[in-house]
Amino acid sequence: MSKYYSKEVMDRFMSPKYFGEMKDADAVGLVGNPRCGDEMEVYIKVREGKVESASFRTLGCAAAIATSDVVCEMITGKSLEEAVSITEKEMVDKLKDLPHVKVHCASLALEGVKEAVKKYEGK
Amino acid sequence: MKKIYLDHAATTPVKESVIEEMQPFFSERFGNPSSVHRFGQEAVMAIDKARKKVAHFLGAKEREVGFTSSATEANNLSVLGAAGGGHVVTSSIEHSAVLNPCKMSSGSVTQVPVSSEGVLRVEDVLKEIRSDTTLVSVMYVNNEIGTVQPIAEIGKAIGEINKKRKKKILFHTDAVQAANYLSCDVSELSVDLLTLSGHKIYGPKGVGALYIREGVTVSPVMYGASHERGLHPGTENVPAIVGMGKAVEEIDFRKGEEVKRLRDKVIDEITSSISGVTLNGSREKRIPNNVNLAFEGVEGESLLISLDSEGIAVSTGSACASHSLSPSHVLLAIGLSDRMAHGSLRISLGNETTEEEVDHLISKLPPIIKRLREISGR
Ligand code: FES
Repeated sequence: MSKYYSKEVMDRFMSPKYFGEMKDADAVGLVGNPRCGDEMEVYIKVREGKVESASFRTLGCAAAIATSDVVCEMITGKSLEEAVSITEKEMVDKLKDLPHVKVHCASLALEGVKEAVKKYEGK
Repeated sequence: MKKIYLDHAATTPVKESVIEEMQPFFSERFGNPSSVHRFGQEAVMAIDKARKKVAHFLGAKEREVGFTSSATEANNLSVLGAAGGGHVVTSSIEHSAVLNPCKMSSGSVTQVPVSSEGVLRVEDVLKEIRSDTTLVSVMYVNNEIGTVQPIAEIGKAIGEINKKRKKKILFHTDAVQAANYLSCDVSELSVDLLTLSGHKIYGPKGVGALYIREGVTVSPVMYGASHERGLHPGTENVPAIVGMGKAVEEIDFRKGEEVKRLRDKVIDEITSSISGVTLNGSREKRIPNNVNLAFEGVEGESLLISLDSEGIAVSTGSACASHSLSPSHVLLAIGLSDRMAHGSLRISLGNETTEEEVDHLISKLPPIIKRLREISGR
């Protein structure tokens, strides 16, 4: 097994729980990573100001997939305000560790959330 | 879990027979070749024996072969030490061990583009030659897509041009990826400089060789004592040199036939069982052990990690797996979009690769691609 990623990252990557298009989403955040060219969509369903459910679709590295999954889990049940204030560090902590060059993948997932919330609030 | 190694373009395992040959030179015959006593002279003899083997493989004279500590060093010597600050013509798909020394050279550099098949056209190279050109450096086989470049044709054409020139153009080839399967005879190829690596031919890491045609002057890029005619100052890595000699001696081009059969099986089966896959680089002008495929809707690093978790080791040209986070310059040079370069996988077979291993890969890949495409939704 690869020593490159933590077990947490590998588990999330191998069996993500939050992936898939959400047909009845209230908003979708579509973001791309200008550094490595990856793409990510974050879907949210909002009820009474809270994220009722979230899902993602990601074309990217294992870290991008794992961080997409973890961020969807983290924002579920949170208020929109709480959702957009999650930090990279909190995500990395939850994944135990992330190789340094892969921290930007976590940023991409956060951006995806912010973008989805922005879309939601804009409508 | 079975471990399957399909990354031979990165490095190869050291053969048993090579290890055996190296073994005595660590403790028993440890002498410094610069020493005049018998310990030293034993080491000198061992190096000369290795040199003879490499020279034989290249169809060269012994004194034309020097050992370095890597192929990178040999390439640096060729570019920085032989170009003399003149204009250098090279290809757009060259290894960074040539491209980066080119950037450091005081002369100007022209990178010749390749076709979408990943092969240079001889005319395109010749077109770039100027009156101040001192060196042409073209790799024999590309390390990522395995395409074979027309070295002999370029060499011959340069020879013709040189007949009319006072200051001759030198021709260098990095033959690191070619040596297992293709003739590296320096007269056939008409090269003045040729680079080999130990660890790509089932020999040890930490050793390379540079062929320098008699009469060609190369200046050192490192300074020290006069080892290897002053071109590789530093005490010789005797065991590694001995190992490299043995590895070269044992090269057997006939192995390429079976490797090629397995390679073709991989290409045929994967491109027929999975949709949205294309072979990167020419199929015909290709080294027997290289497969490089672009998969739509998946990213190479996640593909690599998925295969690794199945025990299969391959490599990728994806940005996500590179430290610079930019996709492979080779894949971009053959016209792939960033996205397709991002979804590319290099599978490089070895002489010891079995049909069973290849079949394992062929059966494991489709579900992985399916899963990653589900996640990407593309
Ligand atoms: S998303 Fe490309 S490096 Fe992680």
